[in-house]
Amino acid sequence: MCDSCGCDHDHEDVTIAVPGRPAVAGESHDHHHGPGRTLRVEQDVLAKNNHLAAHNREWLEGHKIFALNLVSSPGSGKTTLLEQTIRRLNGTLPVAVIEGDQQTLLDAERIDATGAPVVQVNTGAGCHLDADMVHRALHTLAPPDRSLLFIENVGNLVCPAMFDLGEAAKVVIISVTEGEDKPLKYPAMFAAARLCLINKTDLLPHLDFSVARCMEYARRANPDLTFFTLSARTGDGMDEWLTWLNDAVRSA
Amino acid sequence: MHEMSLAMSIVELVATEAKAAGARQVNRIELEVGTLSGVLVDSLRFCFEAAARETVAAGAALVIREIAASGRCPACGVEGAMAGLLTDCPGCGQYLVLDKGRELRVVSITVDE
Repeated sequence: MCDSCGCDHDHEDVTIAVPGRPAVAGESHDHHHGPGRTLRVEQDVLAKNNHLAAHNREWLEGHKIFALNLVSSPGSGKTTLLEQTIRRLNGTLPVAVIEGDQQTLLDAERIDATGAPVVQVNTGAGCHLDADMVHRALHTLAPPDRSLLFIENVGNLVCPAMFDLGEAAKVVIISVTEGEDKPLKYPAMFAAARLCLINKTDLLPHLDFSVARCMEYARRANPDLTFFTLSARTGDGMDEWLTWLNDAVRSA
Repeated sequence: MHEMSLAMSIVELVATEAKAAGARQVNRIELEVGTLSGVLVDSLRFCFEAAARETVAAGAALVIREIAASGRCPACGVEGAMAGLLTDCPGCGQYLVLDKGRELRVVSITVDE
């Protein structure tokens, strides 16, 4: 029986599949219930988030703040990349950071140690940042005009793709330890991003990861992606990334 | 589990509409969900039940109309169904560009007084 309305149907939208066999999935169905007054609504469920994101974007653009939404799986090296980016910019460009995690201030403390202003958003059970959280974080952070704002999203390659925060661009980060086929498994995030950073390249000699193949897979989801291959740990490839950031802030 | 925040958005949106119409109870919510909207319908139903508790939408039936994703080939113009974001054109093998299937909207609500 259906739990939401008590009708005599089962819902099964998750597909269970064994390689080589056809997938098993349930059929969706309509419910028929008693009469009542029906009102047309015709509203997008994400409309409120999109409206708040547009407000954030307008404010950021008005203050010439270039905001990047960093998205990846957990453990791709987002925070290390930010630490190294801030240290290498060495005060030449004002940088502020919004950190998103389910719990703890650990990432914010790491950024704080670099001297950059930072606020931590703890989402609790939430799997993504939304435009309202970023709006509130911006009030606390008050980043300076003509600065660079990094928004480090919750480590998750699925949900953050749906939620516009008002950023200028999404940057998807993949580390070479994750497997080159990740863009094929999670195409929505690669389709939503403008930049793709391939991180931890210092580990390539120890792995079978093919950078060329990973790029090819990512381009299938998004032919317009711009790539940077780098190692935040050794600094290899960081200069190109910093140059791109400087240019982007100047033309913001 | 972004379905929880989506369910809360649905409840908020529906409550606003119901209040504007002077309704006390929402019995039915009609939703359109594209098959490539990134929403797991089962999970959304589960979350909705919790999100609607003690609101005007408590106990309302969620009627979900799935919109099958489809797209068009940028090279040869052929249209085709899309099972995923990366779906080959049946004509030439290029990727189809999605034009239907990302929907996530409340179409109507039914209220009793």
